[in-house]
Amino acid sequence: MEVYLDNSSTTRPYKEVVDAMADAMYNNFGNPSSLHRKGIEAEKLIKSAQIALAEAIKADPEEIFFTSGGTESDNLALRGAAAANRGRHIISTQVEHPAVLNTLESLKNSGFIIEYAPVNKNGEVDIERYKKLLRNDTILVTAMLVNNETGSIQPVEEMCRLLKSVNPNAVFHIDAVQALGKIPFTVSSTGADMISFSSHKIHGPKGVGGLYVRKGTRISPILFGGGQQKNLRPGTENVQGIYGFGIATKMATDNLCEKMNKVRFLRNSLKDGILREISDVSVNTPENSAPHILNVSFRGTRSEVLLHTLENDGIYVSSGSACSSHKKGPSYVMTAIGLDPQLIDGTLRFSLSEFNTEEEINYTLDRLKVAVSSLRKLMKFK
Amino acid sequence: MKTDLFLLKYGELALKGLNKPAFEKKLLNTIKRRLSKLGNFSVRCSQSTIYVEPLCEIDTEEVLSVLSKIFGIANICPVVKCEKDLDEIEKTAVELIREYRTTQKTFKVESKREDKSFPLNSPQLSREMGGRILKNINDLKVDVHNPEIMVNVEIRDKAYVYTRKIRGAGGMPLGSNGKAAILLSGGIDSPVAGWMICKRGVCLEAVHFHSHPYTSDRARDKVLDLARIMAKYCGRINVHVVPFTEIQLAIIEKCPENYLTVIMRRLMMRIAEKIAVANNAQALITGESIGQVASQTMESLVCTDSAVSLPVFRPCIGMDKEEIVTISKKIGAFETSIQPFEDCCTIFVPKHPKTKPTLAEIEEAELLLGDIEAMLDDAIARDEVVVCE
Repeated sequence: MEVYLDNSSTTRPYKEVVDAMADAMYNNFGNPSSLHRKGIEAEKLIKSAQIALAEAIKADPEEIFFTSGGTESDNLALRGAAAANRGRHIISTQVEHPAVLNTLESLKNSGFIIEYAPVNKNGEVDIERYKKLLRNDTILVTAMLVNNETGSIQPVEEMCRLLKSVNPNAVFHIDAVQALGKIPFTVSSTGADMISFSSHKIHGPKGVGGLYVRKGTRISPILFGGGQQKNLRPGTENVQGIYGFGIATKMATDNLCEKMNKVRFLRNSLKDGILREISDVSVNTPENSAPHILNVSFRGTRSEVLLHTLENDGIYVSSGSACSSHKKGPSYVMTAIGLDPQLIDGTLRFSLSEFNTEEEINYTLDRLKVAVSSLRKLMKFK
Repeated sequence: MKTDLFLLKYGELALKGLNKPAFEKKLLNTIKRRLSKLGNFSVRCSQSTIYVEPLCEIDTEEVLSVLSKIFGIANICPVVKCEKDLDEIEKTAVELIREYRTTQKTFKVESKREDKSFPLNSPQLSREMGGRILKNINDLKVDVHNPEIMVNVEIRDKAYVYTRKIRGAGGMPLGSNGKAAILLSGGIDSPVAGWMICKRGVCLEAVHFHSHPYTSDRARDKVLDLARIMAKYCGRINVHVVPFTEIQLAIIEKCPENYLTVIMRRLMMRIAEKIAVANNAQALITGESIGQVASQTMESLVCTDSAVSLPVFRPCIGMDKEEIVTISKKIGAFETSIQPFEDCCTIFVPKHPKTKPTLAEIEEAELLLGDIEAMLDDAIARDEVVVCE
């Protein structure tokens, strides 16, 4: 049996998306900037994706821009807003994705002052301490809606309101890469001026991202070229990728609540099963979380070994965050939520999708039990 | 400038006696084989010099990169041919100097006249060319003792002119000295050890121990990448990927914790020996260096050594890490060696490894494993051979 439980790293594309893309790639190969019919056909595909994304978050299609992925969307939002607004003070949180953290780090090197709001043990921003960081010269706040490692949901609406009460002209950005197609939210429910998206986290193709930019938001481009996408993100559009992203958005957000109720049920049954059948575990995903992520630490184990053991059984999970696999050292997110360092070593992230079944979850639980107990025996745990 | 010919000088091969023709033949074959990927070349040898003549369009640097990795070659000179005419020779020499000169300030001309009908003898030709070069390039001076640029002019069927002498890989031609099996771990040391032995003309067979799920498939792929880097020098290498998990688990379960590493290494050696014998290799190679880690103390090395009867070559044995790293960088293996794929083997590292084990203790501990031969044979039976070239 093959059980894919690493959907926060990437997802399997919908079959419909792949088929539509292949067809578009071969038949609608025109350049959307061309004046002739071929160009118009290609442009229509992009418009359809703008509409799909705009509908999903209740925005105007004109406010949707496409990029090469979540990382570029975050870079464009942060660097673009930093360059276009007067002031140097930026606030973020301790648990952001590296695409945000490292962009902020580079802004810091060019003279910006970056401050990070701490999080509580649930991975949620400590609002009182966040409030204290706000200044009337704060130009930008960036926070992720759903944390990629723990599934924690940030109180972005409150963060946005507090920011605007201190500086109405400041820009609020959210990274919704792990939120789209998982939890319901809209432009008005979050208050955001800019929102980053990624296609391959919602069963779309890799290499495509989106950025919502509220009309009137001050932002400069970070790439320069032939004027496409209102000059904010020039370069010939990745037509078939954007088209695929649009279809995936529509499919992932249709009947969102129903689909996610099923995912939540499966996730919870995995969690309850682990708590019931395996001792000395710590569930790091809080009650109030995105429905698809379960982060658990198994004391006295090593996550990579568990990962590879499960891999042998056809089960694919992640140790902490896949993006952290490039470097050694404990996950900063786990450190930020105050997890015991000994537990961090044995942390796995299970991330589900609408494709998972109850049978798969039972199988996973069964194999996980064996993997944990044999590794603990080997590592002479207790 | 377009290179018309590459002159290759032997290293110590030139000093050999009766075996020399056989060694030369191996060297020529290796050169032909490696160059065949770049196009058509004529390769011949005469009087301890190999002449490699491209018969098609080539990129000089690409050819040099291939040739400089072939053991048995001491130096490589890319030659430009021209008419045996003083003006032509001058033009070619000046152009070559201008093309490759960076900060050098001094030069010397050295001539050889094989065609005795040429009107100037060697010293005369050198003087004449020296003068002409000085006239062309103002800021260059002659230094006959320590020249930074050596301009060589040889009068043969044509005039051969060259200013560059690239260091070859040295050593002995591949295949001139049998075969050995290297234990390839994926670290920095073992590829260096393999390269050093291979440099002496020894062909390699490689053995890698894979402990999935305690090491990832990426770690295995990294070892294969390393073998491919080595293959640029060492020729084709068969890598035997031996599943080692069961043996490791048995050791952990049955043997005292502080002996784990030494016992594990002894069993690895025994497997490598069996693979070596089955593949006609006459020795084992490891990347060990005295005292680098607990399993490489003198006492531990004695224990590992006595697990096998084939000779064990450890060319890094007296080297410091820094010296090993220097070679690793030189052969282009370093960047791959340091890729940080999680090495879960650390869970198999005892907290207090025995640094001074005695053979008797170890052998006694090994008895707890039961039928070791059967375990080893079972692992070998499941090995996977990957050809790396």
